Amino acid sequence: MLGYIFQRIVRAVPQLLLISVLAFIIIQLPPGDIVTLQIQRLRNSGVEVDEVQAQALIRQYGMDKPMYQRYFLWITNIITKFDFGYSFTFEKPVTEVIMERMGYTFAIALFAHIFTWTVAIPIGVYVAVKQYSITDYIVTFITFIGLAVPAFFLAMIIMYVALTKFDIRAGGLFSQEYLVLPWSWGKFLDLLSHLWLPIILLGTGGVAGTIRTMRAMMLDELRKQYVTVARAKGLSEFQVIVRYPSRLAINPILSGVMWLLPWLFSGGLMVEIVLNLQTAGPALYSSLRNQDMYMAGAYILITGFLTAISAILSDVLLAVSDPRIRFGGVEGA
Amino acid sequence: MSTDTVLAEIKNLRTYFYLAEGVVRAVDGVDLVIKSGRTLGVVGESGCGKSITALSLMQLVPSPGRIEGGEITYYRTIHKTASSTTADAINITRLKPDSREMRSIRGNQISMVFQEPMAAMLPVRTVGAQIMEAIMLHQQVSKEEARKRAIEILSRVKLPNADRIVDTYPFQLSGGMRQRAVIAMALSCNPNLLIADEPTTALDVTTEAQILDLMRELQREFDMAIMYITHNLGVIAEMADEVAVMYMGKVVEQTDVTSIFRKPLHPYTQALLRSIPQLDDVMARAAGQKKRLETIKGMVPDPYSVLKGCSFHPRCPQYIEGVCNQITPEVIEVDPNHIVRCHLYASHAAQAQTNKDATP
Repeated sequence: MLGYIFQRIVRAVPQLLLISVLAFIIIQLPPGDIVTLQIQRLRNSGVEVDEVQAQALIRQYGMDKPMYQRYFLWITNIITKFDFGYSFTFEKPVTEVIMERMGYTFAIALFAHIFTWTVAIPIGVYVAVKQYSITDYIVTFITFIGLAVPAFFLAMIIMYVALTKFDIRAGGLFSQEYLVLPWSWGKFLDLLSHLWLPIILLGTGGVAGTIRTMRAMMLDELRKQYVTVARAKGLSEFQVIVRYPSRLAINPILSGVMWLLPWLFSGGLMVEIVLNLQTAGPALYSSLRNQDMYMAGAYILITGFLTAISAILSDVLLAVSDPRIRFGGVEGA
Repeated sequence: MSTDTVLAEIKNLRTYFYLAEGVVRAVDGVDLVIKSGRTLGVVGESGCGKSITALSLMQLVPSPGRIEGGEITYYRTIHKTASSTTADAINITRLKPDSREMRSIRGNQISMVFQEPMAAMLPVRTVGAQIMEAIMLHQQVSKEEARKRAIEILSRVKLPNADRIVDTYPFQLSGGMRQRAVIAMALSCNPNLLIADEPTTALDVTTEAQILDLMRELQREFDMAIMYITHNLGVIAEMADEVAVMYMGKVVEQTDVTSIFRKPLHPYTQALLRSIPQLDDVMARAAGQKKRLETIKGMVPDPYSVLKGCSFHPRCPQYIEGVCNQITPEVIEVDPNHIVRCHLYASHAAQAQTNKDATP
């Protein structure tokens, strides 16, 4: 088992290197660069920038060096000093901006997924067991609507209803009064009272899909002979369902853990913008719009890194749940 | 004598499947008697209803199937002494499939071994865990005790290193070993009746012979009845005491194992026996003689159809126009303990009737 985990981590290293190269290329792609943009800004604000100063800036950012050298400079700083460069839009080091947001991003992604699983897995199992029953049809109907309605639209409706009917300002992560205050018990409770909406909204997006996956997997497994064998042992129907087909039907959900983190960067973006959350997605979006290259590069790199980590996590979970994968790995090695 | 005690009795069992295309009468009026400690062989082609009869006996008929009528009586032993056995008659057809009472019979009093050993166990749980489950469920013992019993039963089905196998996963065992483990699982609670639904069909011939030997040995050891379902008449000759031949949801002939091979009555049974490859024929062919294996002409009719008269009449070599396609044959007792459903033996029925009329 440990060997298997080690093997997975070793395999992730070249993957991560490739991701870093791609991330760097992507942030260099847009026309113009950060130095010209900076000079433009200074000139716009009325500061005279002469050739000498411009050259100094170019040297300062290493723009005079060839691309591969700039890449090595960038990646070395990241690995050795955990320094992702400077964000021009936020006017502070990229590392600081990210750290501020990463905790919330992670918490929301995790809780949204937990919400999805606790709601969707039992329902998926239930409708598979009761295939073609009225409940199955109702759930199927609702899940298809759920798949079709974009989460940001749902977010807007809920915010509108909350504000007009209940006079609650839904959105953001903190109330106005706590926004600048240091951490306290009150601020924590305030965070919790704001967190439920994004968690439910982002979680709901996954519920419909997970129900469909779980239902389809269960229908496959329920037909297998081991289910009849388990019944023939005298187990109750509930025990049979929980201990046998569900154990195998859960596998695609475990592989889905892989998308836990990267999903929030892209999948939840619109909801986060609508709800005005201080999470990673909207920051990445604004950095891309403003050609804030170090910020964008950091996000692409971190997203890639987290994807790789999630992939390892989901493989390990699968190996724990399914011995065939575990032993397959050992035998293959 | 205990060998003649009736353990389970199936009377006029009808199990139908309600599909969009129509009703499939998978089991359509089956009568069977299973005696304690004996083996009843059930033979027939695929789709003749033999497996569904077995599943009905355990109340495990898969949806959209339903037991439509008939009675299954199981005599549960409550008290057993050297001289007498007290039994409690349970009407299985009246029990709900998921009821506590039905579940206390399943896996405990009656258990089942299925055709495909590869699919009978969940691949993600250990062999031991899947055996211990039934022991813990029916015998209310601790986990340690259940584990001890699981190892014991695994060694009784002659698996080497049972204490190691208990912790392996099913996919780590070979087909033969896995079928032994599945049999061990079925025997773990010492059942009175073991239903074996083609347990050796998926195995190679050598392994098949070993498993058959093992089952006969265990039958003596555990003193249990076996209902052995197969399409293989060779296996029937090896295993069975009594034989029931099924065709399209009905028992068409039933007698002891010697009579079925010596004196088959029903044209279907005769045809089945003729379609077994014989070594003599192979030798004859090798010697250049023209000899082909006989087959039963035609196909098993579409399962949705309800044939008028005898369901075998379109394929029967001794078909009588105007009788076989018009009148459903009744059960006729040709010899004592030898019954058949065929118009060819109608004279016997008439004879029996006159005898009966003359008696008083």
